[in-house]
Parts: sequence; C-alpha cells; structure tokens
Amino acid sequence: MRYSAFKIFSQGLTGNKGWKPVWREPDPKPEYDIVIVGAGGHGLSTAYYLAKEYGMRNIAVVEKGWLGSGNIGRNTTIIRSNYLLPGNEPFYEMSLKLWEGLEQDFNYNAMVSQRSILNLVHSDAQRDAFIRRGNAMFLAGADAEYATAEQLRAELPFLNYDNARFPIKGGLFQRRGGTVRHDAVAWGYARGADERGVDIIQNCEVTGFDIENGKCRGVQTSRGAIRAKKVAVCVAGSSGRVMAMAGMRLPIESHVLQAFVTEGLKPVLPGVITFGAGHFYVSQSDKGGLVFGGDIDGYNTYAQRGNLPVVEDVAEGGMAIMPMIGRARLLRSWGGIMDMSMDGSPFIDKTHIEGLFFNGGWCYGGFKATPASGFCYAHLLAKGEPHPVATQMRLDRFKRGNLIDEKGQGNQPNLH
Amino acid sequence: MSQTNRIKGGLIDRNQVMNFTFNGKAMQGHAGDTLASALLANGQRLVGRSFKYHRPRGIFTAGSEEPNALVQLRSGAYQEPNTRATVAELFDGLTATSQNHRGSLEFDLMAVTDLMAPFLSAGFYYKTFMWPRAFWEKLYEPMIRKSAGLGSLSMEEDPDSYDKGFVHCDLLVIGAGPSGLSAALAAGRAGARVVLADEDFTPGGRLNAETLEVDGTAGADWAAQAIAELAAMDNVRIMTRTTVYGAYDHGIYGALERCTDHLASSGGKPRQILWRIYSKRAVLAAGSTERPIAFGNNDRPGVMLAGAVRTYANRYGVTPGQQVAVFTNNDDGWRTAADLAANGVAINAIIDTRDAPAVCDVPGARHIRNAAVVDTVGRKGLKSVTLTDGQVIPVDCLAVSGGWSPNVHLTCHQRGRPTWREDICAFVPGADLPPGMAVAGAANGSMTLAAALTEGRAVANAQIKALGMTPSRKAAPKAEDEPRDCAPFWHVGESKNRAWLDLQNDVTVKDVKQSYREGFRSVEHLKRYTTLGMATDQGKTANIPALAIMAECTGKTLQDTGTTIFRPPYTPVPLGALGGRSRGKDFRPYRLTPSHKWASENGATFVEVGNWLRAQWYARPGEQGWRDSVDREVEMTRNSVGICDVTTLGKIDVQGKDAAEFLNKVYANGFAKLAVGKVRYGLMLREDGICYDDGTTARMGENHYVMTTTTANAVLVFRRMEFARQCLWPDLDVHLISTTDGWAQFAVAGPNARNLLRKVIDAGHDISNEAFPFMGCGEVTVCGGMPARLFRISFSGELAYEIAVPARYGNSMMQVLMEAGKEFDAVPYGTEALGVMRIEKGHAAGNELNGQTTAYNLGMGKMVSQTKECIGNVLSQRPEMLLEDAIKLVGFRPVDRSQKLIAGSHFITKGDEATMANDQGWMTSVAYSPSLGHSIGLGFIKSGDTRKGEVVRAVSPIHGTEIEVEIVSAHFIDPEGERLRA
Amino acid sequence: MIINHPLLGPRDAAEFVYLGDASLIDRPDWQAEDAAEAFYEYGYLRDNPAGQHQELWYHEQGDRSWLVVTRDTLTHEISKVEMARDVARSRGRSK
Repeated sequence: MRYSAFKIFSQGLTGNKGWKPVWREPDPKPEYDIVIVGAGGHGLSTAYYLAKEYGMRNIAVVEKGWLGSGNIGRNTTIIRSNYLLPGNEPFYEMSLKLWEGLEQDFNYNAMVSQRSILNLVHSDAQRDAFIRRGNAMFLAGADAEYATAEQLRAELPFLNYDNARFPIKGGLFQRRGGTVRHDAVAWGYARGADERGVDIIQNCEVTGFDIENGKCRGVQTSRGAIRAKKVAVCVAGSSGRVMAMAGMRLPIESHVLQAFVTEGLKPVLPGVITFGAGHFYVSQSDKGGLVFGGDIDGYNTYAQRGNLPVVEDVAEGGMAIMPMIGRARLLRSWGGIMDMSMDGSPFIDKTHIEGLFFNGGWCYGGFKATPASGFCYAHLLAKGEPHPVATQMRLDRFKRGNLIDEKGQGNQPNLH
Repeated sequence: MSQTNRIKGGLIDRNQVMNFTFNGKAMQGHAGDTLASALLANGQRLVGRSFKYHRPRGIFTAGSEEPNALVQLRSGAYQEPNTRATVAELFDGLTATSQNHRGSLEFDLMAVTDLMAPFLSAGFYYKTFMWPRAFWEKLYEPMIRKSAGLGSLSMEEDPDSYDKGFVHCDLLVIGAGPSGLSAALAAGRAGARVVLADEDFTPGGRLNAETLEVDGTAGADWAAQAIAELAAMDNVRIMTRTTVYGAYDHGIYGALERCTDHLASSGGKPRQILWRIYSKRAVLAAGSTERPIAFGNNDRPGVMLAGAVRTYANRYGVTPGQQVAVFTNNDDGWRTAADLAANGVAINAIIDTRDAPAVCDVPGARHIRNAAVVDTVGRKGLKSVTLTDGQVIPVDCLAVSGGWSPNVHLTCHQRGRPTWREDICAFVPGADLPPGMAVAGAANGSMTLAAALTEGRAVANAQIKALGMTPSRKAAPKAEDEPRDCAPFWHVGESKNRAWLDLQNDVTVKDVKQSYREGFRSVEHLKRYTTLGMATDQGKTANIPALAIMAECTGKTLQDTGTTIFRPPYTPVPLGALGGRSRGKDFRPYRLTPSHKWASENGATFVEVGNWLRAQWYARPGEQGWRDSVDREVEMTRNSVGICDVTTLGKIDVQGKDAAEFLNKVYANGFAKLAVGKVRYGLMLREDGICYDDGTTARMGENHYVMTTTTANAVLVFRRMEFARQCLWPDLDVHLISTTDGWAQFAVAGPNARNLLRKVIDAGHDISNEAFPFMGCGEVTVCGGMPARLFRISFSGELAYEIAVPARYGNSMMQVLMEAGKEFDAVPYGTEALGVMRIEKGHAAGNELNGQTTAYNLGMGKMVSQTKECIGNVLSQRPEMLLEDAIKLVGFRPVDRSQKLIAGSHFITKGDEATMANDQGWMTSVAYSPSLGHSIGLGFIKSGDTRKGEVVRAVSPIHGTEIEVEIVSAHFIDPEGERLRA
Repeated sequence: MIINHPLLGPRDAAEFVYLGDASLIDRPDWQAEDAAEAFYEYGYLRDNPAGQHQELWYHEQGDRSWLVVTRDTLTHEISKVEMARDVARSRGRSK
C-alpha cells in the first residue's frame, strides 16, 4: 500500500478501516539464502537494501522480541556526519546522504529533520581539534561551519555566555545534521523489506548456530532450526552473548547509556546542541520534549537501566549550559545497552567462520549509521567484500594496529 | 465568581482565604486547597486543551496522575509550564494560566484540528508530509512543532536554587496512606531508623479522601494521630511533599522534596531538594490509581474519576457538580455516590455495568444495572449523558470508575514485570522486586482498608526481622473490609463517537484498533505508534484500559499482553533539582594555583585548564590586545628572564627500594640507570602502544624520585601507576603519593635565570653550570633556610630551572622571585607565552599527544625500549603502526611569511585535489613567533621526516583559505640546544 | 550502587572509577614467543559475560585501592569484593 496525503484523505472518509498491516507475521521457512539475526534498525535496513539494491529476497530477519525493540527504539535520534578519521567520515557522510533521501525511497515519513547539530567549544585546544574535524568533513564532501561566540550569541541567545564555568568560545555546526523519528526508521525499513518479500519473524530467539566443519549453515531458534547460506548477526547490545554461541570473543564491552526526555514544551531549541565541557547533548522532539543524554554509566552491564550519579551529572551539564531549562521537568529516563568497541568504532565484517558475518560495536553512535550500516552490510553479504566506505571496519584491525580512535582514548571501551 | 461549589466539611481551613487568579480572573480558595479544588469550588470547569485535537478539558483526577489539568504557574522567570493543578497547593497570590491554545482558552483557534480528526488518526504523519522533500523542515515540521508541545519555558535563567542531600535509613516507607502509616508505625515502634516519604502535603493518602474509620475514629483523624506518634519518635523522619521517584541499585532511592512550591516566594531557600535515600530495606506503600472507562466523548469537562470526585467532596469540601451521576464497573464507585449524597449533592443515577444488586443505599439515586454511557453532550462542560438504551440523563458531572490499578511503578524500575490478577482486574507487583523492597496495601493488590492496614504492619515486621531487629508486638489498626468487587469492563462497544483512553495525547479506542489493524500489536508498538502513555502522566490512568482493548483485539490474556516498561521518574522531576548547585560558575570546582593572588593583582587574564585557572597572560597598560602581551612576555623571557607558575603539572612522589624498577616499567624509555641528582625526560605509553603522557622524573635520592606529568593527565597517570603497582607488579617495593597540590613550582627561564635564582637560593648551594648542569636536580634552601627543590629543566628552550617550594609559600615565592628579578626586568609569563615558546622549540603538548599518535609519529620511536618490560612496548610494534608513510611530527612555516597558519588545517600535496583520499596530515599547533617574526606551526604529515623543504598546501576549507607552507624542522629556535645548556 | 570495600566498608560507587574486566591483571609475558598475539588478546578481547563479572574498580575518591568486584551484569548484584593486589598475587603476579 502506497502512502500519500490522498490515501489518508480517502481512509479518513471511510473510518480508517482499510489500512493494511505494515508487515506480515510469517512463520519461518526451513531455509533462506540469508538469515539476519536481529530486527533492529541495522538488521532491517540490511534486509531492505539486500532486497532493493542487491535483488536478494529469500531473506529472513529473526528477532527475539518485537521489531525495533533494541537501540533503534531507545536512542536520542541524532543524525550527523561530523567525524574526523578516514575510516569513519566517508561512511557517515554516505549515511547522511542516505538519510536525506530515505523517506521518498521507502515511502514512509521518518521525520528526517536537518535542524543542525552544534558542538560547543570551550578551549583553544578544543577549537583546534574541531577545526581539524570540520576540515576533514569538508575533505569528505560533508558540510561544516565554525561559529564564533558572537555568532552563537546572536543565533542561540539562551545559552550561558556570561556566567559559565567553562565559557563558550565558539562551536562547530553541521547544518545538515539533525534528528529523525527513530521508531519510524525501523517501521519504514520493515515495511519496505516486507513488501519485497523479506520474512520478518518476531518473537524468534536465536539459541545457537549450526556450525559444521568451520562453516555456518544456519541457526537454531526458539521456533525451530532455520538453514541459511549466510547468517548475518546484527544484534547491538547482545553482540557478546550471541557471538559467544559461535565461540567468539569480541573486542567489545557492553555498557548502558541512559537517555532522557522532558515534558512537552513549545519550541525552544532549533537543533541539536552538545556541551563541550560536560556530558550533555540535547534536541527537541516534534512533540516538544527535550530529548537529552550524556555519558555512559561506565560499568559493564546488560541491564537496560542506569543509576542516579549519571542522571545528575547529565542534568548538571544541562543546567550549566542552558540554565533556562531548570523548570522543565524530566519525564522519563531509560537505558540502552551499547556495544562499546575497543577504539570506539564499529565492525562490518566476515568472521573466521565461513558464512557467519558480524555487524556491531557501534558504541552509542549506531542510530545515525543505520542506513549506511545496512547498505554496507548488504554489500558485504551480496558481494563478499567490504563496501568502499567501510573497508576499515574490520575485526582484525587491532591485531594489525590500524585503529579508528576518534577520541584518542585507546583500548578502554568506557572512555569512548 | 464565588465558591459556588463549596460544600461543608473537608480538611481545609476556611478561616484562611487565599486569593488567586486563573487566566487573569480573580478567585478565592482556602488553605488546604489545591489549585484544582479551588478552581472546582469556583465553578471553573474548563481548564485546558488537549495535545492533538485541542479539545476542551477539565479536571479529571485529584492527584499526581492528572492528564488534563495542566497549567502554567507563576510568571516571568518563575514561569512553570505543565504544572498539574491537582497537586499544586494553593497559596495567596498564586497566578495560573491555561496552556496549549491559540486565542483564548474558551475559543481556541487550534480546535479546528478536532474537525480534521478523521484524517489525523494514529500515525497519520508517517504516511504523508513527504512531498516535496524540502517542505518538511520549512513548512510541515515548524507547523507541527508550533501546535505541539504544551506549556512554555520563560527562556530566562531559573532564578530558584536547588539543593541535594543524602539520607540513610534502615527502612524506607514510600507512601503515607493506610498501609504506609501502618508499616511506619510498626517499624518505628520496633526502633528502626525509618524514613516515611509521601508526595502529598497532608499525609494519610486515601484516608483523607474517604469517610472510612480506623480503630473507631475517622480515617483522616487516625492518620493525623499516627503521624503525631511517628513525629514524636527520634528514629523516624517524616518527609511530606516528597515523591520517591525512582528505585536504583542496592537500595538507593531518588526522591524530590518540594520545599517552597507551596509558598508565594521561596524567600532565598532552596525551591526543592533532591534526596538520595540509602535504605537497607524498603516498603512500597504507594497505593493505587483509578482508571476510567472509555465511551463516546468521555473527555468532556465534568467527566471525572469517581474516586477524585469524592476526594474533592470529602477532603476539600467541594463538589465538582450539582447534578452528578456515577458510571462504574465496581463497588467502589458507589462510595462516591453515597459520600456526595451524604453531603446533599444530587445523585441522578448510578450506572453500573454489572447486572448486580445495589452495593449500598444512595438516597435519591436511580440504580441503572447492566448499562453503560455511550455518549455525552456539553463541549465546554458536561450537560448530559446518553446511555446504551438511549435514555438521556442531565448531569454536570459524571464520576467514572473502571477499577483501580496498583501503583507498581517502583517495583518495575529494575526490570521487574507485573503480574495480572484476574480477581481484582489489575496488574500487581511481580516476583522480581528490587532487592530489599516489599510491597504493602493497594500497591500490592490488597485493596480494602482493613487489608492495607494489616499488610502494612505484617510487611514492615518481616522487614524488621530481616534487619535482625525485633518487631513490636502492638496489633495492627483495625477497620472494616469495604466491598471491592470489580468486573472487567474497559470500553463501551456501542459508542459511535470517539472514546478517549489517553486524554492528554488524544489516543482513542479507534486508534488502538487501527494500531492492531496495521500490525502494531505488541504493547511497545502500540505505545510508540499511537503515543499512548507518553504524555506527562505517562499513561497512569490510560494504559491499562488501552492494553485491555489490545488484548481483546489479539485474543491474548492481559498477562500475555503485558505492560510497557515502567521507568523513573514516577512523576516528573525539574531539571533544576537534578542539577542542584552545580550550575553557573559552580558547575565544577576551581583549582587555583599558589600564585593566583599575586597574578590577579598583577594584570593576569586567567584561562580554564581542566579545573585549574591559570594565568594566560599579564597585560600591561598600553597593550592593544593579548598578542602584544604575549609577544612581549616571550621576548623578555628569551632576552632576560621570565617566570611562570607551573604548579598545575602533575607531581608524583615515587619512593621505595624498587622505585627505579617500577619507573622502568611505566616509562617506555629506560629509567633503570638514572643517577641521583639527575632528571630525565620520560615518555609514557598506554598498553596499546599509543603515547599517553610525557614529563620528567628527577631522582632526588637513592630510593626517591619525583615525577611530573602533564596538567591534563595528572590524575589519570597516577591512577594507572597505582594499577601497575597493585595489579601488575604487586610485590615491587614502591609507594606513590600525589604531591601536585603540595608543592608550588615555578619555571624561571631565560639567560638571566641563574643570576636571578642566585639571589633567592641561599648561599652555599652551588648552581653554577658545572655544579648544577642541564638536567640536574637537587634540594636547596631559599630565603634563609626554607626547603626547596631545584630542577634544571627547560620547556622554553632557554637556560631554565624549575624551583619548587611548599605550596603555602607559593604566593610569597612568586613575590620574592619578581622582586629579585627587578634588576633583570624579569617578567611573569602565562600559558600563551609558554605555548609559543614550546612551539618554537618543537615540543609536543596536548595537541600532539592527543591519544592518537605513537612515539614513531612523534619522531621518538627509538625511545621505546624493546629490551625491557614496560607498558605499551609490545603493542607499539604492530605492523600498521610502523608503516613507512606514517605521519611524522615536523615544523611548518608559511612560504609567504606574512601569512598566518591555522591549527586544524589539513595538508594536501601540491597539485592534488583537496579530498580525504589525498589528505596528508594536519596542523596541530600554531603560533606567531616573536623571535622569528612570522607564523610557525607544528603538524603531522605523512613521511614528514623525509620531506623537509617540500612545499605543500595547508587547506582550511572551513575558513575558505589555503596557503602554501614549507616543511621544516620542528626546532625553530636553537636547534642544537646551546641555550639550555649555557 | 554500593561497593563494600574490604577495608572501608560500604562506599558509594560514585567514589570509584571503573576500568574493566579483571583479566587486565593477567598481563602476558612480554618475552614469550607469542607475545604479540597474547598482548592483542589481553588488550582487546573480552568475555563480556551476561552474568557474573569480575571487574576492576579504583577507589579514587578514597584510599586509592584497586578492587576486584564480582558483580552480576544482569542484576548489578555484587557478590564479592577483594583487594586487587591480593587477587593479583593469588594469580601469581609478583615483581
């Protein structure tokens, strides 16, 4: 069913009774060409692009819970391509370009809103680093803009310029950055994949891999065995647990990142703003809530919840940079499990087990990567080789010494 | 308007009259009123507009679960959006305005959206607004955003202050209703340290809202007596106006106390306090929340929850209407009818969905069995209701009860899931409670007063035993078991008109059914697709009926349907309270250098360096800008002598028999053979082989070393060294102590440095070049016997020393040095001049040691020993870290010397296109060199060490500039190092 | 969270700094034949279990002890807290 204003009009006149299910609820078939493990954003976009761009349709996406139940449904919705390193920036810029055409592509309004993202600068060294980054973005064909404190004061008068512990000295804008309605991304991809024949099988937990002579032949699930020529794992937040079933240890630790939203407010913030001297970033949703977050709690965990010190730390950052939000109320806080990799950058790669593929380690940056991650994973699955923008996102890079460490924090995941 | 709806009774103080305004209209209420009860007393039924359809709305509940009656409280910078009128205590002078309408509350222009409702069903926006693409940000989204949102922020800084505190207790009792009071009494009598917290301003919970009796006295009176008994106990702390909003790990609860929200002005006191309650055990006695039944146009002002209606009557002495009907699926709804009738309010009908006899006798009320309300009339205030059989009953208030849902929220904050209990039609706490928590009373599904009182005591006693204490033997308070039968009935199927579930977000029964039809069938999909339960009330009244309707659609049980996840906070918490005092300049503490006072008296401009404030430069009269000052400081230092406070560099005292061996393991270069009285530059790697920090270490004695680190890494290096000491080599005899704050340290640099120091250091200490050569160190005395440490090290490249004295003498030492330096025209210099001089010397600092670069990149690869055990040397040898064309640190100067270099510009080989593929490296640090008279820079460029003399382009597309630069040695000044050895 | 410090008793976790898996104590022999591989695994690969996890916490706002805490990553329940130095010695580390 194609969505349009006309469709809404005609349905509205007939009591909205003619809408069809956005996805089927198929039973698993005994065998597929590709089984994707995990119907999160990346798994669904992988299925979508496999079907749409690479003509592969005999695909199942198996999901332990409900589709979109992972981090695609619990992130702070930011998209951007303001990365520094060659191993990352072209990939994220490709992702941003895919975001820009996504809704027309899959005929679903995911509310891609290029409202801009601003990284505030509070020291000369930080300015130098952001100029370096902004220039790297230009070199990769992205946009960037450096604003002085005076320019910011004119554009965002509500920030704390005059009584700040760490004064605002400027900021790096990416005007093409912004936010997206996160759940709608999962739904749009699911709908697009389903329309093209992909089986999305919810409430179907993978309990093991069928590995025979070093080759992966399929998966065991709570709904029976499913054979597959290729198995593509894509289970952010559970990567360690799932790959352990294939006997693999990963360069990943799982941590919780909390996120927060306030009660709805009339428009306050034009775009995304990040504080450079504390842990706080914020945007405003179309419903009016301030959506914000900060740093991970910092200890290994699989519990999708955090603790008070981080809640307070984040709020302190918010009050420091925009003290006019003091009377806005925190409505809800939640947590998502981040697969924090050893250099803060992800993996889209084959494994040493033939037919078993791995996509993960997105830290807290997986949402913005959703389109490109799916596209590149689909490319790898279909062509057998990495997509040109994802050539460095390999599992063996640590052994080789080719790190993609944007923050320069080294092999301690909770610092990325 | 006068208080036309005021009736007798209630817990209000009629002698205290409170004046307030709503939308500018002057009204009066009494002490003990909430804004909601006062508005109802004044006959104000219309109080707000809904989120999506801008439907007129009235007060729906009498508590923190309120979805409709959100107002903007106070004005100016104190403006407080989305305040629930049902919990806002009335104070004299209160001003409130309604929100989310264009034009007046009565004539909201946005109400036109209600007419468009057929086209605005669940998720409509996902299906349109896509064409043309650019219109989303420019047209559709701004339109949506403007009409969405609720109240407004003032956009001014929050003028109130907030505080934070810790409370420790044996037992935390959450909720001071019947079960909570019973629990607190039991625990208090047993001698436990008890905290009893309640969100209300008058403890007692439903006891204040009911006409039930406890131990033969009126419930509210019994509650007051219980509170009095508890207040007299030293081991009990009663916290009213305090909402326990979250259950966190290991018995830690978050709570918000509203200290001055009930006053016209906070009067300089904190508005609210965020408490972290550390409990050994907890009893959740949070009561239950009534839920509505969905029927056509059930959102009219005047349609209210039945329990709330009698709360207004019994507690506040207000009747929400003059002609009232009750619509219920349970026995409890009848009590509303009985209580109002007892107050002389006309009860026109009791419409019970059950085909059952009357629960009690209500004078004048018609009992209509096996019936339901299908529709209502009265857009801005209820006028009548229509029943399934078509009969119309004129009413101005309909009290609806769909049963009560236990407040299980906090039981689920650690991922517990509630269990459905068919017999009471409600979710009750599951087995997986937060450790240490027990649940009592209605929150646990024990719905009658007698059960709540008994269970409160029993649960508290069990907790007391678990704490190893002896429970009190005093019996539980007694009450009658009131009838609580409830039959599942969620919505009126016969209703043709929209029937609301989530009042605030305008989610109707049709939306739930459409959600099912479109495949959004899991409760999380339902929530996310329809926005059910995502409003400021988090669906406290709406969720269960909506889940029940979804369960009907899917044919599943409610147990299998489940709930969405309950998350903190239980009720919304202001960000100001969560931020506390950490805002403005107090966001983080300041660390001041020992000479801060002197510097501030001598023209210093300060800069934040981590938590430190350091002198950035010292302006002199007549200087036109910072560059004038910095250039002068550099020139005067290089020509004579300059002094800089370098205390912020980390200092670590390393002592022990194995100190040398230990240092040899934590530094990448050799330290085993450093002689006493000598200093060595040390390079520290992370275990992954990347450069981590650098500094110097001085051997002060056989088993005593003094290490310096960079300012930024002082804490981190110490942490890692403790890790190495305790976890990697636990038997090394070595001890570490941070002495960063213990010693004030000053760099004295320039050709006259020695001459100056000779005047300060006591005679008898030979600091001649021969006796105290470059990289020497030793203990000396200054100013006639004060102990000091002297290090002959140089960051500036000049003849230089660093002299350290106990920190408390730091400010004096600065004065002494400056006084002694007068004859040399000594100058204090700040971090800018320091930076210029280190760039002139090609020393790496934070911009180069950025955690991404190796010793190989820095041109120090050979320093990394491969012949000893040390942190980082193995992984530093990974093949792709040692590529021939790796980036190398070199110097740059503009071909046209008048051009200014830009830190962060990237290098592109001449003739190549400026793309990421052609990126050769970047400029890390730049400065204007007063010594050379032009801009200079340091930077990393591929194979830089073999490209000296080559001209490349330094591009900065973000500035739109590009200049040609020559690759040169990073040592711009005195490359042979003659000066520092002079 | 609250960590029951073996010397100091229960302390708020906010006083501590977290490092990671206690396997970081087991630093490989730098002279071993397979040192490169061993250091790669030591530095980069983690069990990352869902359940009992032995992990390193540093009492930075306290006595500067490194502790090995055994904590369940699903429930956050802490079942054991030891001095890291004792654990290191028991695992055979010395000088």
